[in-house]
Amino acid sequence: MLALIKGLWTIFLHTFRKRETILYPEEKPSIPPRWRGRIILARDPDGEERCVACYLCAAVCPVDCIALQAAEDEHGRRYPEFFRINFSRCIFCGFCEEACPTYAIQLTNDFEMCEYDRTNLVYEKEHLLISGPGKYPDYNFYRVSGLAIKGKGKGEAENEKPPSDPRSLTL
Amino acid sequence: MPERSLISRVMYELIRPVLIIFGVLVAVLTVAAGLIYVERRLLGLWQDRYGPNRAGPFGLLQVLADVIKIISKEDWVPPFADRPVFILAPTIIVSTVLLSFAVIPFSPTIHIVDLNVGLLFVLGMSSCGVYSVALAGWASNSKYSLFGGLRAAAQMLGYEVFMGLSLMGVVMLAGSFNLREIVEAQDRVWFCATQFPGLVIFLVAGFAEARRIPFDIPEAENELVAGYHTEYSGMKFGMFFVGEYLGIVLISLLIAILFFGGWSGPLLPPLAWLALKTGFFIVLFILARGTFPRPRYDQLLAFGWKAMLPLALINLAVTGGMVLASGS
Repeated sequence: MLALIKGLWTIFLHTFRKRETILYPEEKPSIPPRWRGRIILARDPDGEERCVACYLCAAVCPVDCIALQAAEDEHGRRYPEFFRINFSRCIFCGFCEEACPTYAIQLTNDFEMCEYDRTNLVYEKEHLLISGPGKYPDYNFYRVSGLAIKGKGKGEAENEKPPSDPRSLTL
Repeated sequence: MPERSLISRVMYELIRPVLIIFGVLVAVLTVAAGLIYVERRLLGLWQDRYGPNRAGPFGLLQVLADVIKIISKEDWVPPFADRPVFILAPTIIVSTVLLSFAVIPFSPTIHIVDLNVGLLFVLGMSSCGVYSVALAGWASNSKYSLFGGLRAAAQMLGYEVFMGLSLMGVVMLAGSFNLREIVEAQDRVWFCATQFPGLVIFLVAGFAEARRIPFDIPEAENELVAGYHTEYSGMKFGMFFVGEYLGIVLISLLIAILFFGGWSGPLLPPLAWLALKTGFFIVLFILARGTFPRPRYDQLLAFGWKAMLPLALINLAVTGGMVLASGS
């Protein structure tokens, strides 16, 4: 019986405690940096699209919300012709970010993306593409890969030696 | 002149009771609806959060929003339910509780009926309220509802006996079942001092009667979905809800009237004193909801029969002895 009254008193004392609630629209909660929110497509430091349209994100996506079509420019550089994410399906698992070999697809800490119309939740490439490099400011896929594209021939990538002539080894 | 006095007599004897009846009805139903908001805000306060604070100033329009929502919902009877009983059940609880308010004296002059067995009438009416819950559980024809109804019946066996007995001490001291006379009998000392065991027992019984935590065993939302009103929706569910809150108001009023001198108090008008005392016990009901866990219903039965009933009987015997000894 005494314990019951003590319990009542303890709860009553909570009248004078500070409330834990963050009154959201007026007061913004602090979002951790690794938050998995709205998905973006980043550019490399040169301002070119990072995405090489390898389809790994679309393949790994558990709810199949990513659709894209690969294309290639005249110098052999791959890019997505269209890139579409249906955010009404997206579960923000972040698998696409993990799968991406070029750090192109990234999850951000923006979560305020409500829409009155469901179709507005389908984001096209123009909505997804940002102008900066996102979380990895210095990474540039084409500068570390061996592929020759415009402005970088074979063997000119970082940490790469000029191509050796195998026939010279046999002489 | 005689004509004029006739008119004023008609005014006094006919219009005044009607006005009081409507006044009480409107006031009590408004308080019951407002309590939903008060309870949510207070529980929020005690759980370090806010509760409804968006609609209107301090979220006060939440009451209106809730009422509009529940009235505009589809009034649906499940096809497997026993239709007439299913529809009847929620009306019983509201009407029985509302009828109990008829004998409550709100001030020395404001009351609807000055019944000489007022207390018995209230006890009888509140016991009838159990029919509502049991019938709702039965008529819903679903297992969780049936469990709820069954538990309500079992719980009723547990508390109803000691609830009546706990008040007999008050009746002995006041020498009347009339609630107005019981209040007037407390002009020297409130019965909460002379009948403290009775107060504690009645408080416990009141929680069980209002089917509130810790004795919301028939509802038990974490075991029985929503217990006896699982199958109810719309305004029929609303009736159970309003009935529950009316029950809280009634029990709080009874505690204030029977043990805390009803309307008596200095300075403020009688109605204000009664409202203050009642409000205190309503807040206590909500505080208890924020504090206590729910016992099993066999625990409530054991508690009722093995602890509360003997205590009530001892209290009755001691009070009886005292009344006899004082020779009044």
